[in-house]
Amino acid sequence: MRRGLLVRPGAWAMATLLAGAAAQAQKNTADGIAEYRKMLEDGNPADLFEAKGEALWKQKRGPKNASLESCDLGKGPGVVKGAFVELPRYFADTAKVQDLESRLVSCMQALQGFDGAAIAGTPFGRGEQDNVTALATYVAAASRGLRFSLPQGHPEERRLYEVGKRVFYFRGGPYDFSCASCHGEDGKRIRLQDLPNLTKNPGDGVGFAAWPAYRVSNGQMWGMQLRLNDCYRQQRFPYPGFGSEVTVALGVYMGVNAKGAESIAPAIKR
Amino acid sequence: MHTIQLPAVPALVVTACGIIGCASMPSSSELDQQARAAIKASFRDQGIAKVDRLNQDLGQRACSGPTPPSPEVAQRIEADALAGIRWPESGRYLGDWREGEKLAQNGRGLTWTDTSAAPRDNGASCYNCHQIDKKEISFGTIGPSLWNYGKLRGVRDPGDAAAAPILQYTWGKLWNSKAYAACSNMPRFGHMQLLDEDQLRHLMALLLDPKSPVNQ
Amino acid sequence: MADPMRIRAQAQGDKAVVRVLMSHEMETGQRKDSAGKTIPAWFIQEVTASLNGSPVLTAQWGTAVSKNPFMQFTIRGAKAGDKVSVSWVDNRGDKRTDEATVA
Repeated sequence: MRRGLLVRPGAWAMATLLAGAAAQAQKNTADGIAEYRKMLEDGNPADLFEAKGEALWKQKRGPKNASLESCDLGKGPGVVKGAFVELPRYFADTAKVQDLESRLVSCMQALQGFDGAAIAGTPFGRGEQDNVTALATYVAAASRGLRFSLPQGHPEERRLYEVGKRVFYFRGGPYDFSCASCHGEDGKRIRLQDLPNLTKNPGDGVGFAAWPAYRVSNGQMWGMQLRLNDCYRQQRFPYPGFGSEVTVALGVYMGVNAKGAESIAPAIKR
Repeated sequence: MHTIQLPAVPALVVTACGIIGCASMPSSSELDQQARAAIKASFRDQGIAKVDRLNQDLGQRACSGPTPPSPEVAQRIEADALAGIRWPESGRYLGDWREGEKLAQNGRGLTWTDTSAAPRDNGASCYNCHQIDKKEISFGTIGPSLWNYGKLRGVRDPGDAAAAPILQYTWGKLWNSKAYAACSNMPRFGHMQLLDEDQLRHLMALLLDPKSPVNQ
Repeated sequence: MADPMRIRAQAQGDKAVVRVLMSHEMETGQRKDSAGKTIPAWFIQEVTASLNGSPVLTAQWGTAVSKNPFMQFTIRGAKAGDKVSVSWVDNRGDKRTDEATVA
């Protein structure tokens, strides 16, 4: 039986490229990974989540049988384009600063009648939490190519930036790690993974500007909440609550620092 | 009837907002408290990772910021750390460098997805931050390269009295890195019971045994 | 029915380049879960594509193809407005068909 394995012709060439790249890791690791990402751009499985998210945005769901089309993500009810690059921000109706994922949950509760606390308590990748990830991917995609411009006009937004900065530098746990341990300096990497300096603008499509992203290594779509969650896991910290103040504050800190950086979300990662 | 132009109003409004904004912004120490409160409220226990991990000791607290602590505080942290180092039993500093390499490669342990906090189940994660054996190309750059560590320091015979200060420094650095640099990024492998003495001896051998690949 | 595919078909001269992103777990049957049990194999076995109803491509896939697979191919003689349809069947008998118009 002739097996016609029609994967993209680039796949085998890519495997060779990566093997070759490994031999000169120090010099062109970042280039190699960037090239790998360019090759996968066309086939980023994040597109599947984006499509799912778009369908969920428009679909009537939940106890109230309503869609999310009048959800206010900061630029007015139903305005999706441009919302991602201005989050986290202050919302008058909830009287707090919210990031994309916690805001989506607020809308799912207010408009559709879902139990927001229950969604927040659902592990990533399951049930409605999975839908939040797809929705976040859809909303982020609508701002692809736009530049971050988080508002800092409200006192709460400014306060949370300062709180976020302190959280960023908070050293703790058995390893004495803070976010700054890995992300506080230019030009560092952990193993072969480059680490953006998040105390300032690390550049277009890097750091805060690169999530949500599809991670090829585990085939999962990760929003910023899951990215922070896994950071804390590797820092040997206890578990940060979904949408908790710490996670939103860090989003404000990183997002304000990234002012002017181009968003490439939803991106693809190794 | 003239309409009065007030071109100065926007500036006034900005200044007023600025003043009000400044007044409503908490002081730096209030923000410190708010950050600590946020941290306390935002985390929960998961697996072996409990919220008591967030209780900071003096060093962690003093080093939680973009600027280092004052020289006096730094010295106190370093002195306390040095005083708390437990030196190896019977002065035996070196173990097996092969085991050391395995430990250096192993990045597991102590996360909430690990099931045990016992040192024997932990790795030392050294390659995450350091180059060690040149054969390993997947190394980090958060810490300095340790290639030829013993060789560069002239350690030809670890049993020689001349090598003792280097052995002591290296053991001390592994046991409690903060004894030599108050805000060191490196975990305190002995002091925090991340690794046991045997494991530390294996790492010592990786770095200092003249037969270790690191010193070829 | 399984999650939808994303199909884009772009006319390029006398050809059309078709890019398909499929949503599928593609389990090899080699992995074990955290309890040590083998996760059963679950993968796309056959892929077919047609242009305005006529078959242009058949592929037999196996476990070497990754999760959420991406496939790109070229159809000669396709032009803007033509209908491209892609279907897959997996080893459990699940199937999916999606369509796109050549742009």
